[in-house]
Amino acid sequence: MAVETKTRAPEVLEEKEMLISGSEAIAEALTLADIDVVTAYPIRPYDTVMQAIAKKIANGKLVAEYIVAEGEHSQFEIVKHASTVGARVFCGSSGVGWMYAMEAITVTPALRVPMVAMVGNRALDDPGAFGVEHNDALSVRDLGWLLCWIDSSQEAMDTTLIAYRVAEDRRIFLPIAISCDGAFLTHSQAITRVPPKEWVDKFLPPYNRGDLLLHPDNPITVAPQVNEDWVIEIRRQNNAATERAYTVIPEAYAEFQKIFGRGTENPWFEEYMTEDAEIILMGMGTLSLPVKVAIRKMREDGKKVGLIRLRWFRPFPYTQLAKALRKAKAIGVIDRDYSFGSPFGSGVVATEVRAALYNADHRPPLIGFICGLGGREVTLEDVYKVTEICYTAAEAGRAEKATYWLGVRE
Amino acid sequence: MAEATTFVNATQMLEPFKGVKKVTIEEYFSSGHRTCQGCESALVMKLMVKAAGPRTIVLGSTGCMYVANTTYYSTPWVVPWMHTQLGSSGSAALGTAAGLKALMKKGKMKAEPINVIAFCGDGGGADMGLGAISATLTHKEYNSLILLYDNESYANTDIQLSGMTPYGAHTTFSPPGSVKRIIHTRWKKNMAGMLAAGHSECRYVATVCASYAVEMMNKVRKALSIGGPTFIHSLDPCPKGWDYDPMLSHELGELAIETGIFPLYEVEDGVVKYYGKTKAIVDGRPRKPVREYLLKQGRFAHFIEEDLAYFQAKVDVMWEKWEIPGVVSFRKDSKQTT
Repeated sequence: MAVETKTRAPEVLEEKEMLISGSEAIAEALTLADIDVVTAYPIRPYDTVMQAIAKKIANGKLVAEYIVAEGEHSQFEIVKHASTVGARVFCGSSGVGWMYAMEAITVTPALRVPMVAMVGNRALDDPGAFGVEHNDALSVRDLGWLLCWIDSSQEAMDTTLIAYRVAEDRRIFLPIAISCDGAFLTHSQAITRVPPKEWVDKFLPPYNRGDLLLHPDNPITVAPQVNEDWVIEIRRQNNAATERAYTVIPEAYAEFQKIFGRGTENPWFEEYMTEDAEIILMGMGTLSLPVKVAIRKMREDGKKVGLIRLRWFRPFPYTQLAKALRKAKAIGVIDRDYSFGSPFGSGVVATEVRAALYNADHRPPLIGFICGLGGREVTLEDVYKVTEICYTAAEAGRAEKATYWLGVRE
Repeated sequence: MAEATTFVNATQMLEPFKGVKKVTIEEYFSSGHRTCQGCESALVMKLMVKAAGPRTIVLGSTGCMYVANTTYYSTPWVVPWMHTQLGSSGSAALGTAAGLKALMKKGKMKAEPINVIAFCGDGGGADMGLGAISATLTHKEYNSLILLYDNESYANTDIQLSGMTPYGAHTTFSPPGSVKRIIHTRWKKNMAGMLAAGHSECRYVATVCASYAVEMMNKVRKALSIGGPTFIHSLDPCPKGWDYDPMLSHELGELAIETGIFPLYEVEDGVVKYYGKTKAIVDGRPRKPVREYLLKQGRFAHFIEEDLAYFQAKVDVMWEKWEIPGVVSFRKDSKQTT
């Protein structure tokens, strides 16, 4: 084959705009990140990302080993092992598929494998439902996975690149799951800016497994039986890595801004009209869209309402949140999940925010709302109702009830 | 993003050892393990990796050869070794091979043939991990060997029955009692025959017993050289689980073959070849009665003549009725056979 010798005029590098879904945006990012091994298994709605990747591979846009596994457990085990020999890997699932892989998902952070996975959030069986609930991804919150929620195709694109940089940072070496609300994000298209490969290469160094590489040139024994002799020390190392994410994640977002010329100052959560807000609503994922619309409408009526949309759930930004909530008169947390038998019967996010505020000087009334389960729409009416309950609590200085279920047929 | 032209599907060409004196002296499974006296599976590990050589990655699923064999700060493994989950030997082999292939193909790692071996016990392989092993054996573009060390019970967790425990054996989940003498009434799975029959593109499936060490190592070498995914089933006498004097491990391995209970063979590119004393049986040498094997083991101490006769009759069927004796457990309808 002849060697290309022609010199070309330097191209001006710029982003291109594409009309793509959240799943397709992740597939674009994976192509730019030049992943090496990817495993697929069908379950809705996350499987759209694997369909997009399969097309990339079929069309020669991405060179990677693409393996269709015989179940989610194998799907996660295969990439786990590929990562230990130095491959950049991607995986994902939804709902009970994610739960089927739970054993593999459990050992992945313990092995310090920087896998990036997508969770197309979906209600758990039974009964069957395709729609979004966050309990699938939240089920791993204690295991060392870093967890984030996003609400747009653009954020899907950007967060995937950021996730590889954070996960593969030697200070971290932990897996990251990116949660995308089923249908609302996995299947909805929006104009998305896709950066040139050169920028991505500058932002994302190659995956270097270093002294943990499983290779004949580095004959190590990985995960031998330890029993009570060592396991607590190893758990503490995992905890320390998770805590270092409080440093590494902001570094990655700052670097992203520098190279791509866009992005966000605050990686942990998005603040919308919170500057002067008396009532702060909170939630994760695409419910931000109806909440923002409702806030704009309520502001026309003079109600000072704002939104904090949590991006990173693990590590949980408790100090940053306590600061951001220090002027609120009441907080309404909308959970698209449930936690049966939890304190006050609240959802997972409300329970975590309560815990985060326990040591804070300012502890306004906090009310949990379970809403939009199984993919039911979070309506403007729901948000008005949340705000009204929050205002009542703010005036009384206490919440009459700690948890409400909204939009439920009686 | 063009693919590198280097051939990344190559395997190491491991020629057979021509006799025990020609076997390489280097050990890649050394001191540090804590297995029982007379443990045949530990010998299988040693022979397996000796046969494979230094450019090898070994993945071990949960079981005796993990828990008792691979301890923090005293690993016996000289080659790189990694734990995998109980049912994951198939996925571990596939993932490791795929990772290496991707990196070599894309020029991110020096291209060279590296052996990938994943081992599993009978519980991890024949029970929980069967689906993943089956899937891996269909991925012909990834080179790996899955070795099942079969000591016929979950021996590490206190001797519970698996799908590979022989009919009637006494385990802690199948104790003989005053009303029920036989709790475990299932017949053992035919792993090698099943996997060979069901995965037509898997180029090599074999059975081995470490009582015949050179033959065993040479089958490992062939499995690693031939390319694609391969499978070896090793029968490993277990003093703790089978309840016999540890000095008898080697002898019990021989008896398993001489009684016809465990045939030694390989299926290479769809062709069955018998080995050693199994070949002699196929050629007409009488099988030893199964009682000579069973009654040396405490796990069959509760057997009465009726049980021995049932066991013998089932083994007789393997050799007298099966389409391919000892290998394929069904036969053609005699009325349709011309």
